[in-house]
Amino acid sequence: MKFSILINEGPYTHQASDSAYQFAKSVLAKGHEIFRIFFYHDGVNNATRLTTPPQDDRNIVNRWSKLAEENKLDLVVCVAAAQRRGIVDEGEAKRNGKDATNLAPGFRISGLGQLIEAGIQSDRLVTFGD
Amino acid sequence: MTIKKFMMVNRKAPYGTVYALESLEVVLIAAAFEQDVSLAFLDDGVYQLKKGHQTKGIEMKGFEKTYGALEDYDVTKLYVDQESLAARGLTADDLCVPVEIMSRAELGKRMEEQDVVLSF
Repeated sequence: MKFSILINEGPYTHQASDSAYQFAKSVLAKGHEIFRIFFYHDGVNNATRLTTPPQDDRNIVNRWSKLAEENKLDLVVCVAAAQRRGIVDEGEAKRNGKDATNLAPGFRISGLGQLIEAGIQSDRLVTFGD
Repeated sequence: MTIKKFMMVNRKAPYGTVYALESLEVVLIAAAFEQDVSLAFLDDGVYQLKKGHQTKGIEMKGFEKTYGALEDYDVTKLYVDQESLAARGLTADDLCVPVEIMSRAELGKRMEEQDVVLSF
């Protein structure tokens, strides 16, 4: 089956990202396909490479990057939500005159159309949020 | 393009959190993709449709008008949970747009018919 995942909450405050991660791993372990993982609302904060959690805690951002690299996942961050919350890649920095970037490896910034497309293309779109 | 039935489920008050505003953005994009879009309002989400948002005092951009503009995007299926309205002392007259008010069971049936349900 072809899945997509929507994550609406940021890391650490809320369990949504953790649950989504465990779900994504299980989906892949069962031999299913993940078409896309889309980050919206505070979920875009899962994509900053500047987080430094305590060493004995899980690193949620790095975990997503690693899962994406190992499984060639498409991790998409909503551009409008990212702009509001300061998640920036090089293109966005240039466009909006920012002096830094913070997008973690494996993520890309794009529009909400990517979420709708995920809904159209996937058998199931599963939301993790409040 | 494949047309699927998308339902955005709105459960939160309009300005306490950003969910209502960002849900509207998803609605407009889904409509731009010519999908079969419907909106459900339940719990505090029914407050999103209450007439007369006044946001000056909280220094936030009001978006009541966007609900009125949905028709221009061919988004006309607005479903409101009767119980949620009643629990908050509201009736259809308090709402800023025409909606279909229905029981929870009926709303559940509509949800069952969807291909994609997005809950905000």
